Amino acid sequence: MINTKVTVAGVELKNPVMTASGTFGSGMEYSEFVDLSRLGAVVTKGVANVPWPGNPTPRVAEIRGGMMNAIGLQNPGIETFCARDLPFLAQYDTAVIVNVCGHTTEEYVEVVERLSDEDRVDLLEINISCPNVRCGGIAFGQNPDSVEAITREIRRHAKQPVIMKLSPNVTDITELARAAEAGGADALSMINTLTGMKIDVNRRTFALANQTGGVSGPAIHPIAVRMVYQTAQAVKLPIIGMGGISSAEDALEFILAGATAVAVGTANFRNPHAALDVIEGIEEYMRRQNTEDIRSLIGAVR
Amino acid sequence: MKKEIKNGENNRKTDKTMLHAVVHSQEQIANQIFSMWLQADPIAGNARPGQFVSVYSNDSGRLLPRPVSICEADSAHGRIRLVYRVAGKGTAEFARCRAGDSLDLLGPLGNGYPLDRCPEGRTALLIGGGIGIPPMVELAKQLKGRVLSVVGYRDELFLTDELKTCGELYAAVEDHSLYRRLHGMENDYGTFYGTVTQGNVIDCIRENDLHADVIYACGPTPMLRAVKAYAQKKETECWLSLEQRMACGIGACLACVCESAKIDAHSQVKNKRVCKEGPVFAAEDVVL
Repeated sequence: MINTKVTVAGVELKNPVMTASGTFGSGMEYSEFVDLSRLGAVVTKGVANVPWPGNPTPRVAEIRGGMMNAIGLQNPGIETFCARDLPFLAQYDTAVIVNVCGHTTEEYVEVVERLSDEDRVDLLEINISCPNVRCGGIAFGQNPDSVEAITREIRRHAKQPVIMKLSPNVTDITELARAAEAGGADALSMINTLTGMKIDVNRRTFALANQTGGVSGPAIHPIAVRMVYQTAQAVKLPIIGMGGISSAEDALEFILAGATAVAVGTANFRNPHAALDVIEGIEEYMRRQNTEDIRSLIGAVR
Repeated sequence: MKKEIKNGENNRKTDKTMLHAVVHSQEQIANQIFSMWLQADPIAGNARPGQFVSVYSNDSGRLLPRPVSICEADSAHGRIRLVYRVAGKGTAEFARCRAGDSLDLLGPLGNGYPLDRCPEGRTALLIGGGIGIPPMVELAKQLKGRVLSVVGYRDELFLTDELKTCGELYAAVEDHSLYRRLHGMENDYGTFYGTVTQGNVIDCIRENDLHADVIYACGPTPMLRAVKAYAQKKETECWLSLEQRMACGIGACLACVCESAKIDAHSQVKNKRVCKEGPVFAAEDVVL
């Protein structure tokens, strides 16, 4: 018998594999291909206090070994989300992590307070790292003082445990991780996308209407693993590792580097079954390596 | 290699399938335009005119699927036909596929054209521009009413045989030398016997004084804009198929949105997902 259960901020997950915010909606569309009850958790697309229209199109572009996006946090707002998406997710035996976005601290807090009545929400993931919106998002995530301040404010209002999602677009991500820890965060998610730019040489213009976008996919995997490793040495908080995971091996690298759980994002676009393939691959690895408890792998490489 | 995801594996109703499709045949039918038949059961049986499939590259460095409209579906043989333009490295890879090679497909995706708007006794105008022409073929085959196909070409004709067997065919060509050739002076298009107009699809409709109860269109945005304006003026029901850069292809990532006239029920803002609520929209529901 192998044990794949892990605990993040007091919440037990049946396995460490979740979906990365923004790549999976609220699971509705992917539920045609994936039994959501097999996932460790579903992490929803970011939701704000009111509907957000997002950025102009084109919003995505492919790069070698990855992609770029500038969706701009389009979302239907918290009321529609609570009325439609949460009851949908309640049908499944999986943890629900709601990603929260806002332009101001007050907007984040409004969403967090609205969700405090919702029993079906297990954890909150606070997006202070979206590179594709002008105010809010990354504006909070690049300065340690503001990370600490917003974490503290959200922690004060939140009923569920709070995961702060960190941006890799900084000189030293461990400074931001320490700031989130000091502000009272219960866990960290990392990494969000790396800011990039793609030029369409034929049309002599930007490939994305937003000019810049977030780079994701296999191309960023080693960067993310390195940042998770460094952060695991710097803070005591559990870490949800993500960035370019498309196989069990990719996921295991994060876990061995110190992540308690992992999230599969861009790979869902190439293979709707990707998260389940990762779960099955981790189980196979554990059997092959005679690993009884996945927790023995967390941070095993030092 | 991905696992095949079977229909309804999770006891949720779906007609979408992910599968390894074996290429049955491939040919180039015009400059940069390729036609590929793939063994793709049950996609062939589930597909409706106007739907599309996500085609995945065999190169793991190219992550995103290419959305390609379904040109024809042969449910008896379990095959679909994709007619596509080589626009980059991904489609160039598809064009190199030969019989026996395989490609991963997910589909059928999107909503498709409403066939019931053109029952027997009604007349439909099918307007296709460039690489928007392929979905018109299966649509022309399945409509019960009378079909008038108006197709716009830049420099070379394709899919004319297929369209003329399902109704009347009118070609609009911008290129003067092609127009002259088609007029029989040096006609090397031996199989083309439709009517040809020099100009765009709207010029073609006017020149031939075509009238219809419903319009179905697919093509570049400027053409769709003109078709929408024409339909509005003629007070004719009009359905437009839109194109947009996609990532997931199934409605989760919100990459491929278009502007909608009213607040959309799903998004709660004025945009709709081309891959999910579309690609076919009532003309009055979208802002082009």
